[in-house]
Amino acid sequence: MKYSVFSLLKQAMSRHSGWPMAWRNPEPKKHYDVVIVGGGGHGLATAFYLAKNHGIKNIAVLEKGWIGGGNTGRNTTIVRSNYMPDENAHFYEWSLKLWHQLSQELNYNVMFSPRGVLNLAHTEGQRDQLFRRGNRMRLNGIDAEWMTRSEIQRFVPLLDCSDDPRFPIVGGLMQRRGGTARHDAVAWGFARGASALGVDIIQNCEVQGFVRENNRITAIETTKGRIGAGQVGLAVAGNSGRVASMAGLKLPIETHILQAFVSEPLKPILDTVISYGAGHFYISQSDKGELVMGGDLDFYPSYGQKGNLPIVEEAISLGLQMFPNLSRVRMLRQWAGVMDMSMDGSPIISKTPIDNLYLNAGWCYGGFKATPGSGWVFAHTIANDSPHEFNRGHTLERFETGKIIDDKGAGPTPQWH
Amino acid sequence: MQLFKCPFCGNRDQSEFTYIREVAPVPGLQADQAAWQKYVYERDNPRGPHNEWWHHHLGCRQILEIVRDTMTHEILSVQMARKAMVQS
Repeated sequence: MKYSVFSLLKQAMSRHSGWPMAWRNPEPKKHYDVVIVGGGGHGLATAFYLAKNHGIKNIAVLEKGWIGGGNTGRNTTIVRSNYMPDENAHFYEWSLKLWHQLSQELNYNVMFSPRGVLNLAHTEGQRDQLFRRGNRMRLNGIDAEWMTRSEIQRFVPLLDCSDDPRFPIVGGLMQRRGGTARHDAVAWGFARGASALGVDIIQNCEVQGFVRENNRITAIETTKGRIGAGQVGLAVAGNSGRVASMAGLKLPIETHILQAFVSEPLKPILDTVISYGAGHFYISQSDKGELVMGGDLDFYPSYGQKGNLPIVEEAISLGLQMFPNLSRVRMLRQWAGVMDMSMDGSPIISKTPIDNLYLNAGWCYGGFKATPGSGWVFAHTIANDSPHEFNRGHTLERFETGKIIDDKGAGPTPQWH
Repeated sequence: MQLFKCPFCGNRDQSEFTYIREVAPVPGLQADQAAWQKYVYERDNPRGPHNEWWHHHLGCRQILEIVRDTMTHEILSVQMARKAMVQS
């Protein structure tokens, strides 16, 4: 059913008792042409674009839990494309373009709000660094704008732009086309769109192993039995290493936990996304009024989906340097997601040494913003057995050849990216 | 708060320690590029017990080899790393 004002009126007549389920809940078939492992945003987007752009109909998405129950529902919903290396710049910019028309494409309101993303600088060195980033972005056709301290103070009255903080604000790099989206709606919208195009979304179906013949995967062992597969795409975020090891691959990935927090709901006080420059902290306000905040990883490998208090304290103290007037706001919830931290801080969207296995992993802190772009290029890679121009550089072999995409220059220390 | 039992300092707060990396044999000086590529970039990354090198940077500054469960965060053993590093 297409959602529109007419369908809303029609359903209102029958007291909203006639709305169909947003997506089907089928039993798995014996065989699929393409099986996507992982029913998060990336897996569902991949299935959606495989069906829509490439006309492949016999597709399954296997999800061990429920749709959007992993990182898709655990992130801080920030969408931006302020990257320096050309490979990342073009890829994330394409993803951002897709975000701007995603609600129309999916006929589902993902509540994308291009409210701007502002990165602060607190020293002159950092200012020069952000100038360089902004210049590289503009050379790649991406919007970037320098804001002085007085412009920032007018734009975000809540922010402490005085000389009082330990690290006073010098200025900031603004990307106005960036912003936030409603994370659950992204998973639900892609699930509904994919299901309508004939994709089978199979929940509570955990992959337990791969059946291999020569250098191909012929079937997948799951908790719902053996499912035959023509091609297999992995989009399992923090569990990439585990699932890939079932296929005999060892990945350049470490799994780390990243925490996020929300405050009690407040009146509208912050209408943009701001990241602190003298430490790692980012904040925005959700449509419900909660302040959504995040900081650093916990800095050690973990699958725990739960964080520890030192990082909470660190992140909140950074936040209070920006917004001292929030010191009495109460925190409502805190949680963590498991990040697939790659060795150069950039994702891997690639073919693998196994002929019909494709890998979508290594999203580090920033998988959410990439959701539509990732699905788009991963679908292309699977359908054509060769990468799209936007993920040509994001190969698994780059760690052998040395052509790594290291935006931050942190080297093979995944926790520092 | 997690406590790690350092063999030199006793029970100490986790924030005194820095995670270095997964324990793996360090390739010899004559090792080829493929061996170094594997050592530098590839990880077992298990869910469960994991052998790790940690630096007690705000304590005795020794490098320790810790076996830690990456799912439950339970510490299974702590010992000096020097022995393990020399053997490899």
